[in-house]
Amino acid sequence: MGSDKHCTDGSCDAGHGASRRDFIYMTAGAMAAVGAGAVAWPLLNSMEPAADTLAMSTTEVDISGIVAGVGKTVMWQGKPVFVRHRTPEEIKEAEQADNATMVDPQRDEDRVQKPEWLIVVGVCTHLGCVPVGEQPTENRGEFGGWFCPCHGSQYDTSGRIRKGPAPKNLAVPPYKFVSDTVVKIG
Amino acid sequence: MVGLHKSEFKNPVIRWIDTRLPIFTLMQAEYGKFPTPKNFNALWNFGAFATVMLVAMIVTGIFLAMNYDPNTGHAFDSVEHIMRDVNFGWLLRYLHSNGASMFFAVVYIHTFRGMYYGSYKAPRELLWILGMVIFLLLMATAFLGYTLPWGQMSFWGATVITNLFSAIPFVGKAIVTWLWGGFSVDNPTLNRFFAFHFLLPFVICAVVFLHIWALHMTGSNNPTGVEPKTARDTVPFHPYYTAKDSLGIVIFFIIYGIFTFYFPNVLGHPDNYVEANPMVTPAHIVPEWYFLPFYAILRAVTWTITIPFTKIILIEAKLGGVLAMFGSIAVLFALPWLDRNPVRSCDYRPTYKKFMWALVVVWVLLGQAGGHAPDDHVMIFGADLGFTWVVVAQLGMLYYFAHFLVVVPWLSKHEKTLPLPESIEAAVEEKNRAKGAKA
Amino acid sequence: MTRLLTLLFAVMLALPAFAHEETKYPHVDWPQDGMFGTYDRASLQRGYQVYKQVCSACHAMKQMSYRNLSDLGYNEDQIKALAAEVQVQDGPDDSGNMFDRPGKPSDHFKAPFPNEKAARAANGGAYPKDLSLMVKAREGHSDYVHALLTGFEDPPAGFKVPAGMYYNKYFEGHLIGMPPPLSADGLVSYADGTVATKDQMARDVTEFLSWASEPELETRKKMGLQILIFLGIFAVVMYFVKNKSGKA
Repeated sequence: MGSDKHCTDGSCDAGHGASRRDFIYMTAGAMAAVGAGAVAWPLLNSMEPAADTLAMSTTEVDISGIVAGVGKTVMWQGKPVFVRHRTPEEIKEAEQADNATMVDPQRDEDRVQKPEWLIVVGVCTHLGCVPVGEQPTENRGEFGGWFCPCHGSQYDTSGRIRKGPAPKNLAVPPYKFVSDTVVKIG
Repeated sequence: MVGLHKSEFKNPVIRWIDTRLPIFTLMQAEYGKFPTPKNFNALWNFGAFATVMLVAMIVTGIFLAMNYDPNTGHAFDSVEHIMRDVNFGWLLRYLHSNGASMFFAVVYIHTFRGMYYGSYKAPRELLWILGMVIFLLLMATAFLGYTLPWGQMSFWGATVITNLFSAIPFVGKAIVTWLWGGFSVDNPTLNRFFAFHFLLPFVICAVVFLHIWALHMTGSNNPTGVEPKTARDTVPFHPYYTAKDSLGIVIFFIIYGIFTFYFPNVLGHPDNYVEANPMVTPAHIVPEWYFLPFYAILRAVTWTITIPFTKIILIEAKLGGVLAMFGSIAVLFALPWLDRNPVRSCDYRPTYKKFMWALVVVWVLLGQAGGHAPDDHVMIFGADLGFTWVVVAQLGMLYYFAHFLVVVPWLSKHEKTLPLPESIEAAVEEKNRAKGAKA
Repeated sequence: MTRLLTLLFAVMLALPAFAHEETKYPHVDWPQDGMFGTYDRASLQRGYQVYKQVCSACHAMKQMSYRNLSDLGYNEDQIKALAAEVQVQDGPDDSGNMFDRPGKPSDHFKAPFPNEKAARAANGGAYPKDLSLMVKAREGHSDYVHALLTGFEDPPAGFKVPAGMYYNKYFEGHLIGMPPPLSADGLVSYADGTVATKDQMARDVTEFLSWASEPELETRKKMGLQILIFLGIFAVVMYFVKNKSGKA
């Protein structure tokens, strides 16, 4: 096409010549953008959790061995989860606690499915330490729940923050009672 | 305000940056207006392809490194984890493994262009040498990378090549132990190979920068070998060659895609899907296709060099092979001084052109030899030719060194070259006239 | 352009001339072959049954997990049941002891032997190889695996077969330590009612092993087609861009 030889600055083709060239350039640009997106997507998506990590995203726990008053710590998604078998006294304390004094008010009924079983993520909402208090012999703080030794946060028998610097209650993970003796977390 | 650059750009943001760090002015000068010979053929696309492959390998490599574990107990499994569990992991892996083959194919064609058109001659000698340095770094990177999946070929290839250094007199064994970090290829070796495989591509980037800088100092060569004389010999790089390179890159990606998506393992070796086993050697240890010609040269030296009439060994076969292999690359470094014929392009050197094509054929034959066991008989279409592949390798090696050390210097002085065109423009017009006459 | 093509052509010409003289494996048209090939899920399920009932006694597949079987068309409950059929070692428990528990979908396939030495001890010194990648790990791929499984036959006259070895037409050196695994028709009673002849079982288990080596095959080919079509159109567009940018 010899006629295009001297027309690279667009000065020659007015009218349909120019718009034809613009169309081609726009199409090329659009396809290049699509191509760039098609390259970026698998790269970024490959950083999402891999299939085997996702497969480990649930943990099943046999709760038949946990006696009342005692808690068991299990691993779920790399974090500790407290599974506490609550005594009737602990349940009463949790249900009757005064919301008005709480930093993060929440009713106990909203935090458990079955009152005897409290399941919370064992990571202090302050700066991430693991609180103590699973065994009755450990320091459970003034509220009978858990005590975080790092900065002194204290949680009650519903896992709610009652004293200390933590801003939120211990997180409740998604869980389901698969049977009377097995809980699936996640 | 000494030193602030006077930017010609209108856009305020670009102008602000450009005044303080003139990258936009630089890009405009080096890739916008840069006068480029207007007669480039398809072979001139391959430098751009090589740059694209360098970026592609680094990007896929970094994402693979997020999931790879360089411990011998886990390496093979971590690659399978990438293939099976990581989202698009199989794509990253196949892009990287096939990308290595594409990278070498591109570099070989790019180098062929340099040899055919005399792009290594003055004033571009340093450009050529930098290119050879990049080639050495690329080979090292590829060798290190191939060990990482920790398959049988990974392990045994690493064992064979590191063992070569024991051929060095006196200090050879100590060097090998130092390379291994132990008494055989094992975990310390794998870990350091991973570290270096991660590092070297960035060293390549630095040398590529120097390579392109050297190119921009002299300007590009062209198919006639005649330097541009007037503005009518050149065109601005943009839009002519940005467009041509972009088209080339899309077509290149089609080929890359065909391998990656439809034949992802055809260039590889099945034995590398078997986990490394130091107790069991595979029947044939072969490197990847791009190393085969060098492998052939390495194994071609089967005789010992002694002082005549004595039993004193000067160079045993193993060392001889190593010297021949490295020598075959060293000879390329010397090319600008072996060939000083003022005519650059083989288009105007009819005799040298024939030898160039012969070199290509020999190179392919050496590759075939490298892929066969040395004692295998040569079979063409099922017929046994009666001699072994090691003979082919020896003859090929003989031609290779004769080409560079005898033919090239002799032709450099004595070849009857064809008359060169007056200018690039004259050559282009002549070609158009010929095409018009044919139509 | 011509020079480039000549170069590539010269290189390509050289290659097939030197094709290896090697045992030809009978070619089978596998459902997953070709640009548009996909796995035959019914065959995959039958093949898994053969692996489970015949091969898994000796051969591990440690790269596979039970959850991968969803690719075969099993739903979550079926996979849970399949996984729970085996006992898997876990632990340590709160007393520090290892214990056995039913398998979960996230578990890898249970290996028949805890390590290579145990495998060799139980098999007269021979090591039944892991099958996760067998189809990719052998030249001839699916055709080779199928040929091997159907290639057990009487040795030719005069060929000595030592005790503990078996003659196989396609195995390198013809002497293999594995007794013919698919020794008779009906070894497995297929859940879908297909007649389990020796060749049927060989095909199905080869199909299963091909999938196990390349579970991403279908996605890969589909994505390849989309990308090549896109690049083809893009190349045409770029060709016009190049010409519109002017002839140098």
